Amino acid sequence: MRNKFDEQLDLLNIELIEMGSMCEQTIADAIKALTTHNVEAARLVMETDNEIDDKERQIESLCLKMLLQQQPVAKDLRQISSALKMITDMERIGDQAADIAEIVTVANISVENLSDIVEMAEATMKMVTESIDAYVRRDLELAKKVIVDDDIVDDYFNKIKSELIELISKNRDDGEAAIDILMIAKYFERIGDHATNIAEWVEFSITGEHKGS
Amino acid sequence: MDKLVVEKLDLYYKDFKALKNININIMEKEIVAFIGPSGCGKSTLLKTLNRMNDLVEGCRITGHVTLDGKDIYKDMEINMLRKRVGMVFQKPNPFPMSIYDNIAYGPRTHGVRGKAKLDDIIEKSLRDAAIWDEVKDRLKKSALGLSGGQQQRLCIARALAVQPEVLLMDEPTSALDPISTSKIEDLVVELKKDYTIIIVTHNMQQAARISDKTAFFLLGEVVEYNDTEKLFSMPMDKRTEDYITGRFG
Repeated sequence: MRNKFDEQLDLLNIELIEMGSMCEQTIADAIKALTTHNVEAARLVMETDNEIDDKERQIESLCLKMLLQQQPVAKDLRQISSALKMITDMERIGDQAADIAEIVTVANISVENLSDIVEMAEATMKMVTESIDAYVRRDLELAKKVIVDDDIVDDYFNKIKSELIELISKNRDDGEAAIDILMIAKYFERIGDHATNIAEWVEFSITGEHKGS
Repeated sequence: MDKLVVEKLDLYYKDFKALKNININIMEKEIVAFIGPSGCGKSTLLKTLNRMNDLVEGCRITGHVTLDGKDIYKDMEINMLRKRVGMVFQKPNPFPMSIYDNIAYGPRTHGVRGKAKLDDIIEKSLRDAAIWDEVKDRLKKSALGLSGGQQQRLCIARALAVQPEVLLMDEPTSALDPISTSKIEDLVVELKKDYTIIIVTHNMQQAARISDKTAFFLLGEVVEYNDTEKLFSMPMDKRTEDYITGRFG
């Protein structure tokens, strides 16, 4: 019953998982580019950003096709509308990873300033991974955990900001690098927000309640 | 305010229990949709609401149906009930007479005389049923010459002519094309200002579009009765979910 629709929903799931893993990979590459100052990794992040954009359009078109052909209701409608919202956040994650990569290619950031930001980046990547996992497994508890974990990333951001203020006050010559690091930290903080949004849409697709709205 | 209340209603066709413990409150000036697979009892309940089952041999009803607090099976004369609770059927069924006489039939039966008064009722009913402009120049022509969609709106006008309070509609658009369907749907939403409407439909999008509340029937029971938006976005019962998402069976 409704075989074609079920196939389309399966395809949507597969595509979303794929887009999610592209996001995870691109954040991992951005971290690599940052810590090793690897320009090749940075270039890869920017390339992946384009692929993520393409994937967004592909999934969007699949969702619109299903809305048109299948006129979904109840959990089907929630799944499709959540997918449409989630891909916007995933696309932004790709953009922000690319923004980080772009800074890495032009900035002169020394590794000793980076321990907190690497931890922050890892915490952010975990949020993204878990938000996608929560969707795949329809795991409400995991989605809620991601929403709570956003505070960890926010705390890192505030900590890094304070450290950078101190750094600049000690040595004004470090100002430019400090601001670059602050921007990178801000991009990671935003990625954390997008992962939170994804988790909130996972929650909606399971419960019909959207906490963020 | 509750207009119609169905309480602990069971209906038997001889030994077969066609409706089981139905409890539904219908508020005044609300549109309520009945959905469910064929044979689930939704049309049976609709007919029960203006005692159309009375003449069905072997039909037995227990429980209560009240209209404005009065039991329609005990405290109400059947002609009065049918005047207050009108019905529109699946297939347009105009009488083989003029458009005018189709509409005038009900009021005349209820003792309305005088051309001016009848003219007023006919114009108002046809206007309310959104068909006046299409038929005003041919009121004396046969109603059978109208298109299917026009015939159905004529039947709605005929039902409105006796100034009912509740309108029962049994799949009123299932025999119509999309344009006529859309006109009837607009009309139903418009009529909500003055009437309480209960509509049986197999078209779930239609129920979602026009009704305030929806009842899902299965095997003679109301599985779920809730605000339409809630029922179609977050159904409480898995059977409702399976049916509305097309995975039933």
